[in-house]
Amino acid sequence: MSETQYLAAKTIEEAVKAHSKANGSARFLAGGTDLLVQIKSGIKKPELVIDVKKIVELNSIKELSDNEFVVGASVSGANLNRNHKFAKLWPGVLEAFRLIGSEQIQGRASLGGNLCNGSPAGDSVPALIAAGCKAIIAGPDGRKEIPIENFHKGPGKTILENGEMLVSLKFPKREINSSDVYLRMTPRTEMDIAVVGCGVNISLENNICTAARVSLGAVAPTPLLIEEASEIMVGTDLNSDVLDKVAALCMQACNPINDKRGTIDYRTKVAGVLLKRSVLIAIDRIKGN
Amino acid sequence: MAKIQVSTNINNESVEYLCEPHDTMLSVLRNQLDLTGSKESCGSGDCGSCSVILDGELVCSCLMLAAEAEGSKLETIEGMSEGGKLHALQQKFLEKAALQCGICTPGFLMASKALLDHNPTPTETEVRFWLAGNLCRCTGYDKIVKAVLEVADDMKESA
Repeated sequence: MSETQYLAAKTIEEAVKAHSKANGSARFLAGGTDLLVQIKSGIKKPELVIDVKKIVELNSIKELSDNEFVVGASVSGANLNRNHKFAKLWPGVLEAFRLIGSEQIQGRASLGGNLCNGSPAGDSVPALIAAGCKAIIAGPDGRKEIPIENFHKGPGKTILENGEMLVSLKFPKREINSSDVYLRMTPRTEMDIAVVGCGVNISLENNICTAARVSLGAVAPTPLLIEEASEIMVGTDLNSDVLDKVAALCMQACNPINDKRGTIDYRTKVAGVLLKRSVLIAIDRIKGN
Repeated sequence: MAKIQVSTNINNESVEYLCEPHDTMLSVLRNQLDLTGSKESCGSGDCGSCSVILDGELVCSCLMLAAEAEGSKLETIEGMSEGGKLHALQQKFLEKAALQCGICTPGFLMASKALLDHNPTPTETEVRFWLAGNLCRCTGYDKIVKAVLEVADDMKESA
C-alpha cells in the first residue's frame, strides 16, 4: 500500500468531495478492522484512505426524541455498549454488534463499517434490518435515507456510489412492549463468522403480535428481509404453528453457499431453528422474564 | 511522497513523529519510537499481542494507522509501571507465573488493565470473555485469569 494517501476529514462535505474526486480509488476508514486487514493482504489497494472518525456526526450517538436513536456510522461497539438506554431499547442490535470480534476489535469496529464491508454474514446487519433501521447517506447531491434491507447488492457490494458516504444509522422511535433478538450459528462458540444469523424484532399487545420483522444473514448473497413473515405473525399469539410456518418461510428464502463451514442443507435447516428460538427469546424479553 | 506529521501523547508524554500514510501505529511504536514492548504476532487483529489503550479504548495497534493517533492519548506497556514500581497486574503476573515465553504478556497486561479500568470487579466469566482477544500459544490462560481476579480482589480490599 505504498501509494496510499491518508486524509483525516473534518467535515462530511470534505470527505464526500475527496471521495468523489478520487473517482473510485478512495476508501472510507472507520474502525479499520476490515479495511486495514484487506489493504495489508492486498485485497484492496486504495489510493486514498479517508478517515471519518474526526467528523463529529459520524462519531456520536444522538437521541432525536424520546426513544428515537441515531448512531453515527463510526461509533465503536465499546462506545455504543456504554449507552444504557440504547442497550435497553435495542438489545438485539447491541448483542449482534457485540458478537463481532474481541474487545480489541470492539474498541474500533463500527456498525457503519460492518454494513459497508458488504459481507452477507456481517452479524449486525440482520439485526439492523429487523430493527427497521435506515442508512443515512451523504453524497454530492445531498442526503438520502435507504432502508438497510436495500443497502447490499451482493457479496462486498453496496448501493453506495462514488462520492457517497454512510453518515449514520437511524432507528425508528421505539414503541413500548417491543424487543429484538439476534442469534447466530458458528462452528466455534466465539469470534467466528456466522454460518447463519437471524434477527427478529417484535411488538406485543396483550400477548398478540402487533408488529414483526425477521431477517436472515449468511444464507444468501445479501442479508435478507423475510417480508412475508410479518403477515403470518401479526395478529397471532406466535404459537408453535405460527412459528413452524415462519420457519418454513425462512428456509424457503435461503440460497446459501456450500462450504466447509456449513452445507446448504445445514444452513437452511438452522435458519428455521434460529427463527423459532429468536422469537421465543424476544417474547421473554418483552415480558421481562 | 510527503510524510505525515503527527502530534500525540504516549504514556503521558507529548510525542511527535513523521510517518508514512500506510505505517501502522505498531510499526511506528516499535521501529521509530523504540517502544518495542508491543509485539507483532498476527498483524491482523486476531492475537492481541500489540494491544494498546487509545483514548481509553483497548485496540490492536496493528489495525490502526500511525496517522490516526493525531491528537490522541495512547497508553502502551512501557507506561504501565510508575517510577520504577511495577503495576499491581505486572507484580501479580510475576507472582502467579502467569507467563511462559512472554510474547503475549504485554498484550495481556494492557488488556487486563483496560478491563479493570472499565470494570474493577469482573467475574471470572467476564475476565475470560474480555481476554478472549489475546492468544497465548503456551496456553497459560488459567494463571493469567487467576492473576487478574486476584488483583481485582486486592483492589477491592484496599478501596
